[in-house]
Amino acid sequence: MIRLLDQPFDPGAALSGFCAGRAETGAVASFVGIARGEAGQATALELEAYPGFTEAQIGEIAEAAVTRFGLQDFLILHRVGRIAPGEAIVFVATASAHRRAAFEACDHLMDYLKSRAPFWKKEHGPGGERWVEPTARDLADAARWD
Amino acid sequence: MTRVLLFGRLSDIAGWRERSYDPPPQRLSALKALIGQEDHALAEALDGPGVRAAVDKALVRGDVTLVGAAEVAFLPPMSGG
Repeated sequence: MIRLLDQPFDPGAALSGFCAGRAETGAVASFVGIARGEAGQATALELEAYPGFTEAQIGEIAEAAVTRFGLQDFLILHRVGRIAPGEAIVFVATASAHRRAAFEACDHLMDYLKSRAPFWKKEHGPGGERWVEPTARDLADAARWD
Repeated sequence: MTRVLLFGRLSDIAGWRERSYDPPPQRLSALKALIGQEDHALAEALDGPGVRAAVDKALVRGDVTLVGAAEVAFLPPMSGG
């Protein structure tokens, strides 16, 4: 399941909910991305999505990951709107019979979300605002899976 | 009528996020030319590296037709997480 959220969420509660009732799963891996304050240089992040399109694009990649890694299930939560340092931006959980598939699929989905998912990210700071685009490292990380 | 949406830095450059064209141009290239006519900075940004277009929420490549299109979006390089 994929959800875009315009309010802060509790990643612990999301993980507990995702793990509940999984007598046949065996392995759940998860990742939480948290907004960094950059020692006062980033006072807020602002994330923009294209409602409908963003969920559909992530859905295509996630369904491909289900097939590629043999996932039983996944959960992706992604914040939109204004995000304060310390708040969770993104949560990914993957469920599979064995740990390797869960770890790899989670890593793969995060690399995709960082560099190719339809979000636009603006960083606000004391010196003004700037649009953040994928770094060379983000692009190289995503290319590992091509 | 076709709705045009700008995302990320494109809407900052243009000073607008959404605009409607009625009747709309028949091709994507003509729409870009029309949008860029009065705003050279935006025209340049629309042709910038990594800018994609989506017609009715599907990514497109090249100069596609806009006949029957309800929504065209211009998407600068994407970055989540």
